[in-house]
Amino acid sequence: MKNEILDILAKNSRTSNEQIALMLGKQEEEVKQAITELEEKNIIMGYPAIVNWEKTDRDAVMAFIEVRVTPQRDQGFDKVAERIYQYPQVKSCNLMSGGYDLFVAVEGKTMKEVALFVAEKLATIESVISTATHFVLKQYKENGVIYEQKYKDNREAVVL
Amino acid sequence: MNVSKMIAPHIKGVAPSGIRKYFDLINEMKDAISLGIGEPDFVTPWRIREEGIYSLEKGFTHYSTNAGYIELRQEICNYMERRFNLKYAAEKDVLVTVGGSEAIDLAIRAIVSKGDEVIIPEPSFVAYKGCTLFAGAVPVPIELKAENQFRLRREDLERAVTDKTKIIIIAYPNNPTGAIMEYDDYLEIVDFLKDKDIMIISDELYAEMTYVDKHVSIAIFDEMKDRTIVVNGFSKAYAMTGWRIGYACGNEAIIEQMKKIHQYAIMCAPTNAQYAAIEALRNCDDDVTEMITEYNHRRRVVLSGFRNAGMDCFEPLGAFYVFPDIRITGLTSDEFCERLLLEEKVLTVPGTAFGDCGEGFVRATYATSMDNLLEAIKRIDRFIKKFA
Repeated sequence: MKNEILDILAKNSRTSNEQIALMLGKQEEEVKQAITELEEKNIIMGYPAIVNWEKTDRDAVMAFIEVRVTPQRDQGFDKVAERIYQYPQVKSCNLMSGGYDLFVAVEGKTMKEVALFVAEKLATIESVISTATHFVLKQYKENGVIYEQKYKDNREAVVL
Repeated sequence: MNVSKMIAPHIKGVAPSGIRKYFDLINEMKDAISLGIGEPDFVTPWRIREEGIYSLEKGFTHYSTNAGYIELRQEICNYMERRFNLKYAAEKDVLVTVGGSEAIDLAIRAIVSKGDEVIIPEPSFVAYKGCTLFAGAVPVPIELKAENQFRLRREDLERAVTDKTKIIIIAYPNNPTGAIMEYDDYLEIVDFLKDKDIMIISDELYAEMTYVDKHVSIAIFDEMKDRTIVVNGFSKAYAMTGWRIGYACGNEAIIEQMKKIHQYAIMCAPTNAQYAAIEALRNCDDDVTEMITEYNHRRRVVLSGFRNAGMDCFEPLGAFYVFPDIRITGLTSDEFCERLLLEEKVLTVPGTAFGDCGEGFVRATYATSMDNLLEAIKRIDRFIKKFA
């Protein structure tokens, strides 16, 4: 049941306990209990909304930064990753296979702000060898949700 | 010339579908919710669409062999074995058709002569009766009962079979009831039919939409394999209604004759749909699972919605329909649907559209978004309270 609950919430975190219970043929109390456990175990880590900031009056710029790092003895990449992901400007931080080590998403109000953050905060970390900044020009899809798309049901009203 | 006098009586005599008025009513409404659409609300999965596009880009725009591309027929055989444990030979036992509907028409036409009888358990999809009449044969309805969960029983057949019976239609998971047949349900039926010269057309378009265990085909029984033409297709399982592609599997003697009609009347199924269908069978099991999971969630929500509103509703374990009993309202099916539409702007289909024995029931589909369903349930609940 827990995986099914996760599937439902991953698609729409606002689905009510009552509705989940109906969807799965369970009691609301069971669902509530399961979700509490998932939260306590930090399997469900949060319920953020996917926002299209483009459509708001807020300025937002996002960049993906490739960071090459010298791993540290005993601590590998974790220590430097921690120093990076603590910044609230960093929206995601992943260790990668391939040509670079950390892949960091940084959000800011302007390109200049993001560029300065990278230059002053990321590039200056001791074990960071190099950074390459790629600004996002347009977002098409985020967390499985396609921007700028509203599905229109164009089926006939009655089909036997 | 009076053209209408030229029409063959056995065609003219077939009544047009009785749901026209609902079309007209709903098309003038705003904010109406249709639970009357018997097709998936999902769009065909992208990788299938992409394969169709690719085939067009490559200029694959010609006829295929009459039976359909051998690669597709082979994939169909793999699928039938993988999903339903049915073995067919791609070279001779499979015919790719323009939707499951064409396969039903071909099968009936290939078997019946004038005056032969076709047994049709009702409530049922409307095409069986029409195709039977068009072929000059006689439809013999069997009334299925809600108390038997609309499953077919041996007694039903014993009463209906005569020496003129040539075909029995078996359609599970069922449109409109959502009923299924499980392995044990078939035992008595197979025992009754195993030594009779009667063919089965088993319409299994909704096979993937089975919410307990796995779909069972009557063709799984050795005694029935050669007597059964299994009709299936891509419309429901892969949300490919508009592509018009389905198939029939069966004994080569019958498939060969169906192919003859298909060859002259149709030529071949649309080829870009055939390319898309190959991709569907090869790589889209996960897409199907995802859609079925979603239907199952909605099924539970809708079923409890109708029950909480106070209606009797057996649990449908297949397809994407619920078939609640509306008799507590004291209305006929037709009155119920018309008033529900006019007063609450929710469209359901009267059970009588699927045979006289559908009186007292309506069909509601959950092949629509959860938001629509939740709103529809609210409105239906409000409507039913008027009769409390």
